[in-house]
Amino acid sequence: MVEASLSELATALKARRASSVELTRAALDRIARAKDALNAFITVDPDRSLAQARSADARIARGEGDALTGIPVAHKDIFCAEGWRTTCASKMLADFVAPYDAHVIGRFHAAGAVLIGKTNMDEFAMGSSSENSHYGPVRNPWHGEFVPGGSSGGSAAAVAARLVPCATGTDTGGSIRQPAALCGVSGIKPTYGLVSRYGMIAFASSLDQGGAFARQAEDLALMLNVMTGFDPRDATSLDRPKEDYARELERPLAGLRVGLPKEYFGEGMDADVRAAVEGAIAALRALGAKTVEISLPNSGLSVPAYYVLAPAEASANLARYDGVRYGYRAPEYADLADMYCKTRAQGFGAEVKRRILVGTYVLSHGYYDAYYLQAQRVRRLIARDFVAAFTHCDVIVGPTSPTVAFRIGEKVADPVKMYLSDIYTIAPNLAGLPAMSVPCGFGANGLPVGLHVVGGYFGEARMLNVAHQYQRATDWHRRAPAAFAG
Amino acid sequence: MPLNFDDIRRVADLARIEVTDADLRAAERELNGILSLVAQLQAADTAGVEPMAHAQDVTLRLREDEVTESDERARFQSIAPQVEAGLYLVPKVIE
Repeated sequence: MVEASLSELATALKARRASSVELTRAALDRIARAKDALNAFITVDPDRSLAQARSADARIARGEGDALTGIPVAHKDIFCAEGWRTTCASKMLADFVAPYDAHVIGRFHAAGAVLIGKTNMDEFAMGSSSENSHYGPVRNPWHGEFVPGGSSGGSAAAVAARLVPCATGTDTGGSIRQPAALCGVSGIKPTYGLVSRYGMIAFASSLDQGGAFARQAEDLALMLNVMTGFDPRDATSLDRPKEDYARELERPLAGLRVGLPKEYFGEGMDADVRAAVEGAIAALRALGAKTVEISLPNSGLSVPAYYVLAPAEASANLARYDGVRYGYRAPEYADLADMYCKTRAQGFGAEVKRRILVGTYVLSHGYYDAYYLQAQRVRRLIARDFVAAFTHCDVIVGPTSPTVAFRIGEKVADPVKMYLSDIYTIAPNLAGLPAMSVPCGFGANGLPVGLHVVGGYFGEARMLNVAHQYQRATDWHRRAPAAFAG
Repeated sequence: MPLNFDDIRRVADLARIEVTDADLRAAERELNGILSLVAQLQAADTAGVEPMAHAQDVTLRLREDEVTESDERARFQSIAPQVEAGLYLVPKVIE
């Protein structure tokens, strides 16, 4: 059961070869046993999860239900779930019990999925290593001294360690794809606007997008079928007809045009990552794909543009944490201004404060045009590069991360070095494009490497097709860390 | 131009985050590191390029002017740090 994928578990539930209560108990048991080794979860609530499992079993017994009915799903602790403590890994929200469900949580409830727990992450999704958590760092299931990536590191680690078949995450600059790569699982961030941000705690609203982790592409299609859809409560939600993201999975890759950005294959990528990615490209060619060299001339500016835009938006979004309506309030203060200043100094961690300060600075009087407007102009140049590139190819592939997982503590003292781990993942967020990562081999210290697949706007079904055909021809996605296998 | 201690104090005040003198040295190094990273933007030729605020250039929707939310005051106040008689309590602002 541990080795079964989401798709296999769905089939087993439908055929009554397993019950949701059994799957839920097994997942809760594995989560409890892995707690010290991984620290992947912030909150579990077995009674609540089991109650959901029982009602899922009743639904299946009536012959009702969909693919996700009865499946245990872990949710990043950034999604509000009514009655569940929702912390965003911050001291600021350590006692916050959400009074309502995020749209995404509501969709999974409606599908009959079981909320198995809330996963650990970088505080307010700011980080690339899941070390910036009030609840302590998450550990990589492949090697406990290494980071799982971030910010959705708990979700990635939980799927990699076979604690759960699937999990949700959010991706602002790579926070699904980079941890998917570093933990050896599959992860997808859809086109901006497809997954509602309602009830998803805001970091940088023009970039934040919910998405999913699972063992394989086929499972991600099932997750997207549940998660996506128009929601009038999110002003940027796109009103489009519902799609079946599994509809193209079986399409052969003959004739597929794979774009290889020359900027991504120069300096900067470690040799072990390069070898694995080149192996994956050879596998795609063997499946009938043609490769074409493309150019994304402004890609070098994506990290600088992101570290203006994301902190600027964060500084505005996080102004709401003032110790008045919810969340932490400092125990002692002189007056109102002092209450705000002490509440925020004590309630936020170091990286969150750093980004609020950068954001406040770039938006402040006299600097707005030079930083913020210039970054928004560069953002358009980056988006145009992709539009031009997609006239020559159907998907773009490359490395998800320039390195395999790094050691816990290795980059904490140098924020800029940490930021550069997202050098390949940030550009699709700026452009609003869908992108995913799938396992494509192993590098130094036996740590996984991820293949980055970027699609055109609303190209999810085609990307999942490419990933699924690749996964039928390879078995990287079936490898489990020895300590957590079977 | 790199930020000095006074600049950082001013920005922290705007952001309503208390910084101690002990915080300033690390903040100076880290914030200036980040600003020299983003300084690369200045070299980009963006003449005639419209700023892009959003991935999809969509305009905000309008909706009918009608009440869509129910009264959740008691529920929302139950998670507040300090409330009394339906009001949020803060330190006295006006003497």
